[in-house]
Amino acid sequence: MAQNLVALAGNEAVAYAFKQARPHVGSAFPITPQTEMMHKFAEFVANGEVDTEMILVESEHSAMSAAIGSAAAGARTFTATSSAGFALMWEMVYVAASLRLPINMALVNRALSGNINIHCDHSDSMGGRDSGWIQVFCENAQESYDTALMNFRISEHMDVRLPAMTNYDGFIISHTEDALYLLDDDTAYDFIGPYQAKYALLDVENPITVGPLDLTDYYFEHKWSQMEAQKRVFPVAREVMSEFGELTGRSYDFFEEYRLDDADLVMVVLGSSAGTTKDVIDEYRDKGVKVGLLKLRLFRPFPVAEIVKVLAGRKAIAVLDRSASFGGFGGPVFTEIRSALYRQEQTPIHNWIYGLGGRDYDLKQVAEVIEKLQQIAAGEELQEVNLLGIRL
Amino acid sequence: MSLKKASELTEGGIITEAGNASEYKTGDWRTFVPEFVVENCIQCLFCWIYCPDSAIAVDLSGEKPEVTGIILEHCKGCGICAAECPPVKKGKAALVMVREAK
Amino acid sequence: MAVNLKKLVRKEDLLSGGHRACAGCTGANILRQVMLVAGRDTIVGGATGCMEVVTTVYPYTAWKVPYIHTAFENVAATISGVETGFRALKKFGDLPVEREKMNFIAIGGDGGTYDIGLQSLSGAMERGHNMVYICYDNEAYMNTGIQRSSATPFGAHTSTAPAGKVKQGKEQNRKNLTAIMVAHEIPYVAQTTPFHWRDLATKVEKALAVDGPAFLNVLMPCTIGWHFDPAIGMQICKEAVENNFWPLFEVENGKYKINYKPSEKKPKTQLADWMKQQGRFKHLFKPGNEELLVKCQEYVDQEWEKLLKLEVMTAEPESVKTV
Repeated sequence: MAQNLVALAGNEAVAYAFKQARPHVGSAFPITPQTEMMHKFAEFVANGEVDTEMILVESEHSAMSAAIGSAAAGARTFTATSSAGFALMWEMVYVAASLRLPINMALVNRALSGNINIHCDHSDSMGGRDSGWIQVFCENAQESYDTALMNFRISEHMDVRLPAMTNYDGFIISHTEDALYLLDDDTAYDFIGPYQAKYALLDVENPITVGPLDLTDYYFEHKWSQMEAQKRVFPVAREVMSEFGELTGRSYDFFEEYRLDDADLVMVVLGSSAGTTKDVIDEYRDKGVKVGLLKLRLFRPFPVAEIVKVLAGRKAIAVLDRSASFGGFGGPVFTEIRSALYRQEQTPIHNWIYGLGGRDYDLKQVAEVIEKLQQIAAGEELQEVNLLGIRL
Repeated sequence: MSLKKASELTEGGIITEAGNASEYKTGDWRTFVPEFVVENCIQCLFCWIYCPDSAIAVDLSGEKPEVTGIILEHCKGCGICAAECPPVKKGKAALVMVREAK
Repeated sequence: MAVNLKKLVRKEDLLSGGHRACAGCTGANILRQVMLVAGRDTIVGGATGCMEVVTTVYPYTAWKVPYIHTAFENVAATISGVETGFRALKKFGDLPVEREKMNFIAIGGDGGTYDIGLQSLSGAMERGHNMVYICYDNEAYMNTGIQRSSATPFGAHTSTAPAGKVKQGKEQNRKNLTAIMVAHEIPYVAQTTPFHWRDLATKVEKALAVDGPAFLNVLMPCTIGWHFDPAIGMQICKEAVENNFWPLFEVENGKYKINYKPSEKKPKTQLADWMKQQGRFKHLFKPGNEELLVKCQEYVDQEWEKLLKLEVMTAEPESVKTV
């Protein structure tokens, strides 16, 4: 399969994926660091490379509202945002999932205010983890492009019908020029396929009512249906990823295992931090330390069975969270992983919260975690929830 | 009505039976009911246009539409029809609100 | 164009009975009247509020046309999406049923329109979507229990600005939303009431016919919130027009036209008599509150004078000469 090797920033790469899906409608409102994605897409529209109708709204709340209207009308629809924009969409993010509309969104991860900060952390997307969306985190531009393409297939699958977020780190991925392979437009579109609406407002011959008042007698049952749809993401995602692998030679799974086979010590990270982590793991491997990485891609639905299978029986696990849960017991990824492994052998699982507001995640920090993991594995009682790369 | 199970429901709470609220009877909300006095009716259709509940029955089969009475299963007894009935002013009401015998 | 009831009655009633609106709800009647004109090829969006709640209680819907509700503050944005979806699917050749034109109607109460939905409404109007926005203005947040909104008139008692020992209801005049919509320079803006069925039907027809956005502000007396006998809702509408509380007018491409002018010498109703029928103004008739009643009248007079001037100012030069 011929693919073009190009140099693009993450935002441009994702804009290509969205263009290749040939969406009917896109809605957008500017926020850093998502803006360049929409600039690129607007260029495609202005140059006639895609026929998408853009709704250039007056707020993110309206961006998501219009996306919901468009998807309910029966149109393939995308949008994008970051940080405070995602927070302003909040209410509608839940509605999109509740109405089972397969909207695709690029969430370019940025710290939530306040104080206002434009750089990467995961506090925006982590707040949306219970909203009913599919959430996939990406390590680099290539993975962001690939994930954006695959997410159309997964979210629009008739067994799923859920909205999906392609999460990639603000600036670190969105604004960094990277080398990646692009599919040609037709191949990418053929992979995604034409959009099929399940119910469409525009089908005036079969009128439907969307979004009724749902009280004590039925609301719970409708929530069950969302839970079940999330479960059906697993087989569908597997099928889509495997087909994508055959097409492109790039294979993906719910998570990536890096030097994990015989690892006693495991680090769990999301997003671009995986790259830095891998480098330091290599150094420690050279020194004979059996350390590996689990890079979690699919965060919603959370692949609990697979994670337990891979992590059970390790000597010590470090879960890194690029967001804090103020007043909670560790960060959201930590809580989830630790809860998943509760019934397993007593593997110590510790949490490091790092990189808030775009604070650099460097080699020294990874080394610090691996050093601590070695002490924990040796039986030392260390603090369970820690902060990394902070001046105290 | 027995409630459906979760697996029997349309996803997203979408309702596919357009206008099925007509199966829901709001007639038992009533205390007063409009009595239709056909001989006083001038067929102005004001009762029909002003009814909030689509509860005025109109026969459309003939050349001229004809009000034939009240759709009791939906009429909530608000009395707008009787208040707007023009013959009332001449003392010949075609719609008269009376307390309903239950 | 001439609307008459003999013709209207042969149109399909697209709002079924069995909805849960209060007895005597003039809002439910507005929906019925609008839909008689709009017809089947219409997609309706509703903002959270009375009319949304009472027409769509799962598993029931009173709507015989496609209908969507998503939230309180965003019906204009939601319908922007539906309308854009229509244009896009048409362009791609992907419409589920072929139609050259469809009607897109967004409906919100005064809370969802004057207040929380104003930004979304303003954005949709500026973008020029082909939609008709209909505000059913019952002058308070009725669905949540009669709280004051920016549409509540001066002096009215509400649950968040009640009349008490030291306060006498709302202390501000209502917002002139219709004027704000005119300032958007959209092709069609109008005010009407459901009592004036011919006026309402004509305005809905005009609003649907224009290319681009249109806005209708429809007075909706609320038997519960305004506190009056459910039988007289339509009379309240009639008198609100006769005493200039709610003038019937339209603004077509910037030109004002007042559709009803009460006789200056012999007006059919006085504002104070009209207010007296409504429990929300009861306290204003207590001794000592005469001044507040005067203020109510002054506001109505001032707005009416403004409207008369606007009609003259925006008229064609020839017609000014003939005035």
